[in-house]
Amino acid sequence: MATIIVDNRTYRVDERQNLLAACLGIGLNLPYFCWHPAMGSVGACRQCAVKQFKDEHDRCGRLVMACMTPASDGTCVSIDDPEAKAFRASVIEWLMVNHPHDCPVCDEGGECHLQDMTVMTGHVYRRYRFPKRTYRNQDLGPFIRHEMNRCIQCYRCVRFYRDYAGGRDLNVFGAHDALYFGREQDGTLENEFSGNLVEVCPTGVFTDKTLFHHYTRKWDLQSAQSICPHCSLGCNTTAGERYGILRRITNRFNSRVNGYFLCDRGRFGYEYVNSDNRIKRALLRPELDRTKPGKPEGVPQILGVAADRLRRARGIVGIGSPRASLEANVALRSLVGPHRFVPGIDEREHRLLSTILSVLRTGPVPAASIQDAEESDAVLVLGEDLLNDAPRLALALLQSVRQQPMERADELKIPRWDDAAVRNAVQDRRGPLFVAGYRRTWFHDYATETYFGAPDNIARLGFAVAGTIGSSAPSVPDLTNEMRDLAQRIADALTQAKRPLIIAGTGSGSHATIEAAANVAWALHQRGKQPRLSFVLPECNSLGLALLGGESLKEAFDSISQGKADTVIVLENDLYRRAEQAKVDAFFDAAKTVIAIDSLEHRTTAHADVLLPAATYSESDGTFVNQEGRAQRFYQVFVPDGDITESWRWLRDLARAESHETDGLTGVATWRNLDDAVSDTAAAVPEFARIGEVAPSTGFRLAGQRVPRQPDRYSGRTSMLSHLTVHEPPPPHDPDTPLAFSMEGYRGPVPSPLIPQFWSPGWNSIQALNKYQDEVGGPLREEMPGIRLIEPVATKAPSWFTAIPRPFQSSPHRWLLLPLSAVFGSEELSNRSPAIAERISEPFMSLHPSDGARLNLEDKVTVELALQGTTYRLAVRLDPSMPAGTAGICLVPDVSGVRLPAWVDLSEAVKTGRKQRVA
Amino acid sequence: MLTDIERRELDDALKHYPDKRAGAIDALLIVQRRRGWISDDSLLDIAQFLGMTGDDVDSIATFYNLIFRKPVGRHVAFLCDSISCWIMGYEQVCAQIKKSYEIDLGQTTRDGRLTCLPIACLGHCERAPALMIDQDVYGDVTPEKVESIVEKYK
Amino acid sequence: MERPLTQYIHPDGSPRLLREYVKDGGYRSLQILAAGMAPQDLQRLVAEAGLRGRGGAGFPTASKWSFVPMGSDAPKPKYIVANADEMEPGTFKDRVLLEGEPHGLVESMIIAGYALEAEVGFIFLRGEYHLSAARLTQAIAEAYAEGYLGKPLPGTAFRFDLHLHASAGRYICGEETALLNALEGKRAIPRAKPPYPQTVGLWGQPTIVQNVETLYNLPHIVNHGSAWYQSLSRSKDGGTKIYGISGRVTHPGWWELPLGTTARELLEQHAGGMVNDVSFRGLLPGGASTAFLTEEHLDLPMDFSSIPSQVGRLGTGTMIVLDDHTCPVGFVLNLEKFFARESCGWCTPCREGLPWVARILESFEEGRATHDDLALLDMHADLLGPGYTFCALAPGAMAPLQSALKYFRDDFVRHITLGRCPVNSKQKRHKVLV
Ligand SMILES: Cc1cc2nc3c(=O)[nH]c(=O)nc-3n(C[C@H](O)[C@H](O)[C@H](O)COP(=O)(O)O)c2cc1C
Ligand code: SF4
Ligand code: FES
Repeated sequence: MATIIVDNRTYRVDERQNLLAACLGIGLNLPYFCWHPAMGSVGACRQCAVKQFKDEHDRCGRLVMACMTPASDGTCVSIDDPEAKAFRASVIEWLMVNHPHDCPVCDEGGECHLQDMTVMTGHVYRRYRFPKRTYRNQDLGPFIRHEMNRCIQCYRCVRFYRDYAGGRDLNVFGAHDALYFGREQDGTLENEFSGNLVEVCPTGVFTDKTLFHHYTRKWDLQSAQSICPHCSLGCNTTAGERYGILRRITNRFNSRVNGYFLCDRGRFGYEYVNSDNRIKRALLRPELDRTKPGKPEGVPQILGVAADRLRRARGIVGIGSPRASLEANVALRSLVGPHRFVPGIDEREHRLLSTILSVLRTGPVPAASIQDAEESDAVLVLGEDLLNDAPRLALALLQSVRQQPMERADELKIPRWDDAAVRNAVQDRRGPLFVAGYRRTWFHDYATETYFGAPDNIARLGFAVAGTIGSSAPSVPDLTNEMRDLAQRIADALTQAKRPLIIAGTGSGSHATIEAAANVAWALHQRGKQPRLSFVLPECNSLGLALLGGESLKEAFDSISQGKADTVIVLENDLYRRAEQAKVDAFFDAAKTVIAIDSLEHRTTAHADVLLPAATYSESDGTFVNQEGRAQRFYQVFVPDGDITESWRWLRDLARAESHETDGLTGVATWRNLDDAVSDTAAAVPEFARIGEVAPSTGFRLAGQRVPRQPDRYSGRTSMLSHLTVHEPPPPHDPDTPLAFSMEGYRGPVPSPLIPQFWSPGWNSIQALNKYQDEVGGPLREEMPGIRLIEPVATKAPSWFTAIPRPFQSSPHRWLLLPLSAVFGSEELSNRSPAIAERISEPFMSLHPSDGARLNLEDKVTVELALQGTTYRLAVRLDPSMPAGTAGICLVPDVSGVRLPAWVDLSEAVKTGRKQRVA
Repeated sequence: MLTDIERRELDDALKHYPDKRAGAIDALLIVQRRRGWISDDSLLDIAQFLGMTGDDVDSIATFYNLIFRKPVGRHVAFLCDSISCWIMGYEQVCAQIKKSYEIDLGQTTRDGRLTCLPIACLGHCERAPALMIDQDVYGDVTPEKVESIVEKYK
Repeated sequence: MERPLTQYIHPDGSPRLLREYVKDGGYRSLQILAAGMAPQDLQRLVAEAGLRGRGGAGFPTASKWSFVPMGSDAPKPKYIVANADEMEPGTFKDRVLLEGEPHGLVESMIIAGYALEAEVGFIFLRGEYHLSAARLTQAIAEAYAEGYLGKPLPGTAFRFDLHLHASAGRYICGEETALLNALEGKRAIPRAKPPYPQTVGLWGQPTIVQNVETLYNLPHIVNHGSAWYQSLSRSKDGGTKIYGISGRVTHPGWWELPLGTTARELLEQHAGGMVNDVSFRGLLPGGASTAFLTEEHLDLPMDFSSIPSQVGRLGTGTMIVLDDHTCPVGFVLNLEKFFARESCGWCTPCREGLPWVARILESFEEGRATHDDLALLDMHADLLGPGYTFCALAPGAMAPLQSALKYFRDDFVRHITLGRCPVNSKQKRHKVLV
């Protein structure tokens, strides 16, 4: 810690910071543009100037940029110094020379950092009287709008896009005052993290195009904390609504998880909530005849029919869902009984998840948070395609490769925040990142070494690394020299690291890679290292469901086909994504009653006899458990239209209706609000015991008040419903959370999950965040970053996995089909959002060029592939990174029940008769 | 596509650098010397050669004033517009060029023969005003001398 | 009077090749080094000689060198870069050396490399110096052929490689850290200091950037010693200086003279005074980014320590003379347009302030300026000054403006009150409410 003096007052701050961060951390207001807490300082904008004095006796002092000055002990500065103030006002005046002052029509207006800083410096009067420069804007694709005239040349966009996120197609062009920030030519920004430009840009140059289509000012948004449902990482978001339409998603800082940034799937995937395909009314099929379409009847009547069916059922199977909240799943489990509850995933996934769970539960090595991943200094990825399956984790690894080289900057006494200098000192040096997989992406450019092979070979590499590290870990016989050397290099890098990380997951469908990863981590642990493990999982609540337990989907299918049950309740799950069409068809045909609860129409809901409209994540409250085992609470943002309600409430109502005649309600039937749901969830399995501590409970009040979801400046409340009523109706009651659907309530510091939006006097933009932290970049004040449900048993000696697969053998007639995923296209919900849909590429099949030759397939031809009973049209991509003898299959946007990996004779399954070139 | 000769020249120029990207400016100059200017295609050729993207290379190309991202004439006349030349009569020389060749600064004659560009101090201030055509520098230029100088460049 | 740097340069501008250079004592210094002068001794010698950088700032060369990590555990490679970007308006001294005595630079850089145990050198040459480029290319080839480059210095393990890099233009490339970025094939944006190039320079390695003229002194210091070098100078810093004069003087040109020669001597004796009918109003002593000196300063010795800092600085020593037929406002406008165009665009004050200043000056020249505009010029002269911007470009741009506002304020005011430029009387008058 250092003591610094700011305007004659003494403060204690962390000396590893720069003065700007330090000042913001102690709550002082100091304007800035080019600095960003996650990206460090470059000193370009000159906005953060303060006067620095040699000591208390120095009266003259000299101007310094706070962001470029270390907060070292004894530093003595003045923010209020007249010269510093005058200079800061001039900087704004210069920035405004060419700024169009179009705030009224600018999407950034009202949450614009430039507006805030302009007010903060006191610049009010325009003295520049010459023409302003103007630019042509570019079409940057479905996510981002471009308005270059507003640019203030802070260089943050290119620093984020290129230096931080590894993007290559955005840059700065030109020189002096003729600079252009954009692409070389119009076109979609390709980087998976482009959406962060919206928040990184301090003004309205890069804005959210999806928001533009249903624009609302920040002050008119009703908002609450949310958890991204679009992959297993559980990034925190703030969701904002007005007039019943979800308007946008912004990043929500969580120091352990996503920090300052989101991926584009997470940011732009939300629009399915507003989809025309939403199920809004409870539907009942007349006479439960599936040839007839469902009809909206009164909810009580539908519930009555459903309850009647349930009471008369020969047996009920409850199919849960890894994309539904824990509470909803527990509600279903309670309704049907734990033995009749299945988590709704196929057998292979079920087995992969149980292995992962047992590795995390019984092994000595803890799971890594995204923050841990970012700080790790050597990483081995086994088989996962992070960019497509867990993008935010890939972004973290792009930072992790800087950890080791950063030590050179430390030696040269360059502070870590001094970004340009650090990058100079570090150059292109990268810390160890080994990526083993079967498809190349641009992420591989950042790897120290890459290995491409079939999953079994990837696993063998992992086992070999483990065997090299740990004397007692099983070693791999019959390794090639090449592989042995690679394993040695990886083992060396991992053992030399302070915080090694091993990543595997379910993406390749390979058991062995997971076990190999565990062995590597355990071997490191045995050597006294502090390794971490990270498993990438398929969905936002995959781990939660794995913890909850239950058999695979096959069990459910069997119990119907074997006549043990005749009634099914499907919770937020499209079974056609999970099993072959024929099987699912047969399953529904055999079931006497199908009750489905979901938010969007899909093939499964089409079979429902009773269809109940489920609230989406932004219309309900609940808990997701991310791939780290971190339970996090998401909150209802708004009250949806129609019959839509939380899934757990539907299940509660079904339970009540069912038990309606018998007295003495139990389980889910007794739930009144989320608190009840949470406490029953906590009791469901031992790991959930602390679920209640994830966020404040329903009854939590501050000064006797709730926390309002609407900001102070929420406008038009009295007239929002004026076309329906001249009265202002009372705001909806929220029985489930300490939040209120209103403007009234407690304004002040609240535990982090209850913060509706980040906003502070003088700080209207997302940069207000610093007002919620004690130290810039550090945890939020009263941060509740979720609770890790699984902690390792550190003392436990690992029981090694020993099933080392044999080397992959390609076969003359058969190919191993491997699943390929796509960041835009592989996830069910985001796919239904128009902007994401625009980014979904056509389905394709990747082949090694030699296999292309064997099959007589050229690059880019379209073929038909008959696979597990369905025929798919696929574009052929010849890709040398695909291991020979395998074929990568990317089925987007429909992952239709195809189960991969699988061996298929492509020479038979592929029809090239209608072969044609695609553009 | 880069020609073999270009490729060889580039290879040669890049030898001294620890990484290829460092040769971006050299590469632009080399290709420009052969092709007159840097078209979008040339830009991508260079980018590909250096393992960079078009955006990477264009960001550099547009920074430097001796890289032409628009076509120029067969000859380029650089007229020094800095202080010593300005004192000594740059404006008259400039006016003469405009008159004789009907081009403004930044323009190319209709027959594609000559582009006239302003340039910062050519380092020949003791012989101001100075004019450089292609690689040849002329000092003590007067409006009267303009045509006889330019006539050497067909 | 000794003129070690330029005495052999052919008056007709023809090149001097290796044979000639060696005959006149060229590369002799390398034998002295090889005969047992340790790098530390060489550094000490340069310190004693009192060599100060000729690139404009006059920083003592030996103290700049002292920050370079030395010894066996110093990072490898280290680099020596010759700053031959000479783009400062009014400056042409480095060109004289590069064209006239190309081997001098090769020899100098070997010496600098030896002193700093740096094995690689780059000459960063401005792109417009085609003749220099041709001659340097030849000199380097000759030096390689002769084994001065690319082979160990006889009797030592030291071996030096030298490469020529032609720039693609931009004044900012002359700023030493921007130069490093340019040399790395990037946009020439200056780097923040610290860290200094001496520790983190080219490709993150220790690097010394030195002006061409500075480097040319090294062989002579090695050959003749520090006492001799000190004796060349009339000031407390050692050596000679290549001075130059341009503008309406009788004999514009350059002269190698003792450091500390006065401006009056330069102007009257060497440049032959002003041309007929015009009289002297002021001069910029060393390129566009230095402050005006006027009549009262003409007897100041033109060196790094005699010009009071509140008056100005020597800069490059190549002077631009302002005469009474030239409008001082137009003069400054020309400079500010140059600086605005050459700003790299990185920091706000420079990127936005300079074009604004240029536009205001333009409105003076057009007779549309007001007294408020004068106040805006004053403001910019202050707030683009040293300490406020990222690098020294904008402060350099303000030096002539600020001093012009001081010495020629009446001229600015007359533009306002007359509504036109008093010198350029062809212009039509504007009526402006003032
Ligand atoms: C905008 C700007 C342009 C410069 N241009 C040059 C130049 O063209 N040549 C040069 O030698 N120094 C130039 N300098 C000075 C260099 O940054 C550096 O100080 C010099 O090369 C150091 O060499 P010296 O110590 O030998 O003088 C410039 C500085 C600035 C701020
Ligand atoms: S990384 Fe995954 S969880 Fe995070 S924002 Fe992107 S899609 Fe959502
Ligand atoms: S924030 Fe400090 S200079 Fe930009």
